Amino acid sequence: MILQMNNIRKQFDGLEVLKDISFGVDSGEVVSIIGPSGSGKSTLLRCATFLETIDGGEIWYMGEAAARTDASGHAVYVGKNELRRFRSYYGLVFQQFNLFPHYSILRNLIDAPIEVQHRTRDEATATAMDLLRKMGIEDKADAYPYQLSGGQQQRVAIARALAMKPEILFFDEPTSALDPELTGEVLKVIRQLADENMTMVVVTHEMSFARAVSNRVLFMDGGVIVEQGSPEEVFGNPQEERTRRFLSVFER
Amino acid sequence: MTLETMILTMSSGMIEAMKIFGLTVLGSLPLGMIVALLKKSRFAIVRWFISVYISVIRGTPLMLQLLAWYFGPYYLFGMNIGNWRFPALIVGFVVNYSAYFAEIYRGGIESIPVGQYEAAEVLGYTPTQTFMRIILPQVIKRIMPAVTNEVITLVKDTSLAFSLAYAEIFSLAKQISASQASFTPFIIAGIFYFVANYVVAFIMKRIEKSMDYYK
Repeated sequence: MILQMNNIRKQFDGLEVLKDISFGVDSGEVVSIIGPSGSGKSTLLRCATFLETIDGGEIWYMGEAAARTDASGHAVYVGKNELRRFRSYYGLVFQQFNLFPHYSILRNLIDAPIEVQHRTRDEATATAMDLLRKMGIEDKADAYPYQLSGGQQQRVAIARALAMKPEILFFDEPTSALDPELTGEVLKVIRQLADENMTMVVVTHEMSFARAVSNRVLFMDGGVIVEQGSPEEVFGNPQEERTRRFLSVFER
Repeated sequence: MTLETMILTMSSGMIEAMKIFGLTVLGSLPLGMIVALLKKSRFAIVRWFISVYISVIRGTPLMLQLLAWYFGPYYLFGMNIGNWRFPALIVGFVVNYSAYFAEIYRGGIESIPVGQYEAAEVLGYTPTQTFMRIILPQVIKRIMPAVTNEVITLVKDTSLAFSLAYAEIFSLAKQISASQASFTPFIIAGIFYFVANYVVAFIMKRIEKSMDYYK
């Protein structure tokens, strides 16, 4: 297991957003998380990436515990420096890209590898250029984020996450901020990564994409995983009424 | 007094004004950042202290503050500090301008989208790295127009040093004007201030331009 989350509980001001959620991701797996807005899917991703602190439950990466529940039922995290080490296991691609506007595209890709992982500039640059080539934007290395289209910026954001050589990559609605015509080029890149057996968890509203690319689909609603299974099972033959109702909206 | 000696005398006053200006900029730009960061301290007492400091500084005239720094040590504590006039001026100006710069910095820091912090955090940057490498450069670009405003105001505010009878250009202009029964010294002072600010504005514009490569 690359990631294992057990009995995750999270509330915001008394409102339970995640209710006892457990799920794991195996190496090479592509998991899609679908569900209506407010269902907790983005919060789950933010908990997995430590952007939100869980109230209770366990988070394991590569068989190491980053957070565990103590005797009183509260989640306790490992120390700050330990936590930073865990961050090297994963990458996160945001809905709003969040590229660093004052850095060139290349610098966006090499700064963290050099400053955080202490890799050499030559090696980081070589890795970055390979990734930009793969994303089809190697000619943009010296450009700045504002000069790129949304689709190109999101591909840079994916490359920036991959430049850290993570074990698993999370996507938080990676195409929600994009025009339909730009969505395709980003999905194509994610699909390509799936073909290379990159382990990924994708929170998405792109149902046909989720169906085509994932090994497993999670349907979340009201802070719980309502149903999960292969894309064929969840999309083709949903067992729960709530899932059927949600999916029917997309079929219209 | 010939016009030439007038200009010459006042030039030395301009140099004094520029000394006040330069030292205040050098002191208050970094100190303002420290104040801005302390205002976000996790200790409530520190935040409270900074809030009081900023509201007192902003709520009272700079001239009064200068007088307080100059006369305060003697009248309040009976201290006799030799050669205190110039240091008191600089302390007064730095403490005052730090408060204003702190508010500008704070506004700049708060205008950076939270996504920048989150992206940096996920990439494993430490909080210090995040601030120095990701946040601060963007803050500097955003606050430049406001800083330019303050700096230009400071050039003119140096004239408040006359309240401590410090021999900078404005004090000299008043003296010469009174003794010569002439308005000319004020015209000369006005030209000096204007030229100084023209140079300051030009330099600030160049700095702003140098950060134009990104949006």
